[in-house]
Order: sequence, then structure tokens, then C-alpha cells
Amino acid sequence: MAESVLDLSAWTCPLPLRDSPKVVMGHGGGGQLSAELVDHLFVPAFAGDHPVILGDSAVVELGGARLAFSTDTYVVRPLFFPGGSIGELAVNGTVNDLACSGAVPAVLSCGFVLEEGTDLSLVGRIAEAMGAAARAAGVRIVTGDTKVVDAGHGDGVYVNTAGIGLVPDGIDIRPDRAALGDVVIVSGPIGQHGVAIMSVREGLEFGSQIVSDTAPLAGLVAAMLAAEPDVHVLRDPTRGGLATTLNEIATASRVGIRLEERAIPVPSEVANACALLGLDPMYVANEGKLVAFVPAASAEAVLAAMREHPAGHGATVIGECVADHPGIVVARTTFGATRVVDMPLGEQLPRIC
Amino acid sequence: MRYLEEFHDPELARNLVDDIHATATRQWSIMEVCGGQTHSIIRHGIDQLISDQVDLVHGPGCPVCVTPLELIDKALEIASRPGVIFCSFGDMLRVPGTDRDLFRVKSEGADVRVVYSPLDALRLAAENPDREVVFFGIGFETTAPPNAMTVYQAARRGIRNFTMLVSHVLVPPAIEAIMSAPNCRVQAFLAAGHVCSVMGTEQYPPLVERFGMPIVVTGFEPLDILEGIRRAVRQLESGEARLENAYERAVPSTGNPTARALLEEVFEVTDRGWRGIGTIPASGWRLAPRYREFDAEHRFDVTGISVTESALCRSGEVLQGFIKPHECAAFGKECTPRNPLGATMVSSEGACAAYYLYRRLTPQREVSGVG
Repeated sequence: MAESVLDLSAWTCPLPLRDSPKVVMGHGGGGQLSAELVDHLFVPAFAGDHPVILGDSAVVELGGARLAFSTDTYVVRPLFFPGGSIGELAVNGTVNDLACSGAVPAVLSCGFVLEEGTDLSLVGRIAEAMGAAARAAGVRIVTGDTKVVDAGHGDGVYVNTAGIGLVPDGIDIRPDRAALGDVVIVSGPIGQHGVAIMSVREGLEFGSQIVSDTAPLAGLVAAMLAAEPDVHVLRDPTRGGLATTLNEIATASRVGIRLEERAIPVPSEVANACALLGLDPMYVANEGKLVAFVPAASAEAVLAAMREHPAGHGATVIGECVADHPGIVVARTTFGATRVVDMPLGEQLPRIC
Repeated sequence: MRYLEEFHDPELARNLVDDIHATATRQWSIMEVCGGQTHSIIRHGIDQLISDQVDLVHGPGCPVCVTPLELIDKALEIASRPGVIFCSFGDMLRVPGTDRDLFRVKSEGADVRVVYSPLDALRLAAENPDREVVFFGIGFETTAPPNAMTVYQAARRGIRNFTMLVSHVLVPPAIEAIMSAPNCRVQAFLAAGHVCSVMGTEQYPPLVERFGMPIVVTGFEPLDILEGIRRAVRQLESGEARLENAYERAVPSTGNPTARALLEEVFEVTDRGWRGIGTIPASGWRLAPRYREFDAEHRFDVTGISVTESALCRSGEVLQGFIKPHECAAFGKECTPRNPLGATMVSSEGACAAYYLYRRLTPQREVSGVG
């Protein structure tokens, strides 16, 4: 057996809670804790002769082709929610991770972890949703796996999907390519998915139903690349929301990001629900939106292309890359003051009052 | 629901800021009592807009911040016991006790659940008759009525496996304590609107009269806060001191009589420890003797816990408005949201966390208007 790269006998967890060698919920929240789990635990363990490629999908060269490869696991509760289900999420999520590398998504795998006692009709509805989502996104589900765990050891159904797509020649989209002067574009209103999930999970009613925005984005990306092949960065702001995604890009690219808070599209239903719960829409998950960093000269052309596509008709410019405060995201508030938009530690917590 | 947009209107905000600029002939120190107001002020940068006219000082009104360490340790102890389902609002889970927090206890196997209403905890108790369900009942007068209702319902429905760990605190005694401090230089107060929507405003005129300080009942949206400040500045400039209600859409002077009757039925006033400040007489509620069987401290016998606060942490001075967060030597160094020394750095409404999250790039005045 190969020697462990981690000295487990002397290992003290470098992660918060630093004095607790246990996984906490925040490790899956997409914020600082998630990032450090990867950086301090997974990357050292996986490192070999080749660097570990981080990011939602990796672009690798195989047989002369540039392939994007991605995987994601879905543990959402409830399994069905306004606007979708774990099935759509599992397909669209991986399709979007591939698309945000500039790839044309082609094939997916799916792995099911089913809890003993779950209704087969439920599994069937999820599978049907996945099939329909795959057809809508133009990808094929070509392989899979099923495991069953004892009753009480799962939340009914967990789904993993992995996907492969082909990156066209001349396309180089990475989180570390944001450059000074780049314009930051978001493809539409934010916060809908997270609030939709919360409303059904916790039985909260906000006056009008908020529906998840889950959608495939490969078509939108193709339209954007047709307008400007040199798009620098694309990311879909899922867990951790827009704020986390922008912080990751600012850090990776070592640029400052300046946002105009008034320009960030937040539907009033989402804003009101977040105000009620003490949450910031900038940190709430999305499943059908992307953030783009494009050269200022082509911003108008990209924006126009996005607005012509159904998945991007709400696209808008929300900020720019600046030389000040590299690695930090700053927002100009509605009233003209400024504030830092920080990376969250773990998940946002609803406040007490 | 258009209510939020109307209270974020930049043009109306500019008019209020201009009025404050035109009215103030000097810089005044005004304390916003509630953590929700602090968060709103810092998040929207309201203090930046009026810094020459008003030094906003942050008060003790974050229930998460002021919950005593001893009580957090009791919560951790109870949550760790087998057979217990421990329920709490989300923002209490990250607050550090002496050596751990509820997230860590959860990761170690305890059944800790985030709920959005104490009635959810009562429902869990009804559904799990073989488990002990405990709800962490903290907060100001705002969260007290639903908590009182939950205990009342538990008694009425005969749900015996439900208890509440109670640490309710009351705002007016805290304001009085701050006004009474010999080194108090706060000149006016913005009272917390939601507290007044429950309790009414009748407790404030005696304080205004005794200490000669304006109190303006204020809401939480940016325009609410600017309007509260504008009214306070007008009083200060004209040498007046009276109670004003700038949150009339939510606050009748009598408060909510139904809620108050329920509070009187279930709770009784007690001396209460405030984390970082100490005991303030008659500043809290505990369950009345007739509801003692629903008192988690009684059910679980968690006496004898001794606690140690960080010697570096100055959150008590922050909570009383003696210093601003950045004036604490540990701020941003030994003390950050990920390694908080005190609750003001961990709570989403804590002044230290708000400064850390939103103001790391902003040069701060080294001397605050108070202390």
C-alpha cells in the first residue's frame, strides 16, 4: 500500500472548527469551510505528478481533444419543490458546470443512492425528470449505478451525475482569467432557487410562490461565445450564491471586483423573503444563472446575445474588475456608501428576530 | 408586497440625509439599541453618509450576543444528552460556549435542529413522545410572545416531553443601565421598533424625563433608520428631550395587549445576566412557577457550570457603546468570525461581525464619540 501523504497519527484538522476533527454542515455549504476542506484535505491527498485541477469542471486533453469533465452530487430536500426536482438539478447542475468551461456538454453518468423503503414511484418520477432535462439540454445519460442503503441512512434519494463535454478550439474560460477592466454580467435575477427550497422545506409562505430557476445554460453559453469567443470567466453561482462565486473569482484572478448594488437583479419576492429570514440574497443559491467576466469592449455584444436567449433575457451588468483591493469584492450600496461583500464561512443561518 | 422597496428609495434617503446635514450644527452621539438596526446601518453604509453630523454608537440589542456564556454551556450540555432533540433558531448554532458550539455538538452526534418557530419544536415533541424536546428560548420582547404561546400550548395540550431553556432579556432596563453609567456620552437613543410593537412605548417617557435624553422609536429599513436619526438630531439641536414614535405603522402606544397578557401569564420578571455586561436588575424573563415543569434548567439539572470568558474580548464595552468594534485590539486579529472570542463577532447582528464583514477596507476614526 502506498505511503499516506497525510500523517494521520500527528494530523490535527486544519479546518474549522479547527479543534474538532469532525465534519460540520458548513463543510458542504460552499463557503470558506468547503474551500478549505478541498485545499487542506483533498488536494494534499490527491496530489501526484500532475496538479489537481480545481473548479467546477476540469478541462483535460485526451486524444487530441479538449474535454471538460465534471461531477456533482445532489442531496437536496425536499426531492420535489416549486419549479423542479432533484432530477432536474442533477442534470442541469452538471450540464452547467461543463458549460461554464465553455464546453458543449455531451454525455452524463448518473449514480443513485436509494434509501430502503422509498417508493419506487418516487424514484420513477425523478428518473423521468432527469430524462426530460437531459433531452432539453441536448445531452445523453449513457451510464449509471445504483446502490441501496438501510432505512434511516439516507434522505430517500441521493443522485450523483458526472459529465463530459467538448471544448471548442480557441475557447479558454477559467476562474483565474478575470482581468482588470473586465465587465461583470449576471444572466438574470438571483436567489430564486434557494428561497424556493427554503419555502417548502420549512413550510414558509411568502405571499406569492417563489419557483426555482433550475435550467440548462449550455445554449446561453454558446450564444455568448458566438458573440465573443474570448469570454474570460463563466461560473454558475450555486451554493453560496453570487457573493461566494465572485469572491472565488477575485481570489483566483487576483483582481478586485466592484459591484453596483442597485444593478444586482433581486426579485422583490426574494428580497422580501430574505429580509424576513435575515438572509442576504447575494448568498442564496441559484441553479439557472451564470456570471460572466468579459472584456469591456465586447460587453455590449455579449449582453445583447444573452438577452436574445431565453435563459439570459434578464442579463445585466453588475460591476467591473478593478486594481484596488485585489482579491476582495466591494459593493457600492444603494445610498452611495461602500461595503465589503465577504466570502461566507459556511451556510447562512436564519436570524432569531 | 412592495413594502421593502419603498423603504430603500435612494432619493428619499438623500432628502433625509440632506435634512440631517442641514439641521446638525455639531456631531451628536446617538445609540441604536437593536442589533438588527446595527446590521442595517453598516450594511447600507448609513453611518458613512452622516459621519460628520452623527456618531452612531451600537447598543446591546443583539439577543445572540448578550446570551450569557453560562447559558450557552447549559444548552451544549443538554443538547449532548442522549434522547434529547435540541431545537434552536439558526443563528445560535455558531455562538461559542466555553469550548465548543452547537454545530460541533451536532457533528459529534447530538440531535440539534434549526427551527423557524418554537411551535415547530412543540410539534416535534408531540411526534416523538419517547424523546425530550428542548427549545432554546432566547431573545428580547419580540421573540418572547411566540415562546410564551408555545409553553402555554404545551401545558394546555399536556405535552410533557417539551421544555424551554429560557434567557429572555428586556430592552428598557438595558437602556436605563447605559443611561445611568457615569461615563455615558450617548446623547439620544433609537429604540427598537419591534420591541415596542409588542410592549408599547409607555416604559420610555420616564427614562426620557429622568435622563433628559431623546428616544425615538425606530424601524429597521434604511429609511426608517434615517428618519429616526433625523428626528433625534432635531430634538438634540432644539434642546428638547421627548419620546417620538417614528415607526407608527407598526407600533401603537399600547403595544399588543394580547401578547402582553400571554407574557404575563407565562413569564415573570427576573434579574438577568447579559454576556459581556453583567447582571442587570429586572432585565429578563423566566418561566413563572406554575410553568416550572417546562423549564429545561429544572428538568435537566444543569447547575454548577463555571465559565471563563476570553481575557482579550471587549465585547461588553462594545455592547454598551463605550468602544467601537475596531477599537478592540483583538478585532480582526485574534478575533474574527471564524475564530470569534465573543458573541458580537459571531452573531449576524453583532456589531463586531458587521464591522468585520462590511468595513475591512474603510478607514475608521480612532476615537469614537463615547467612552
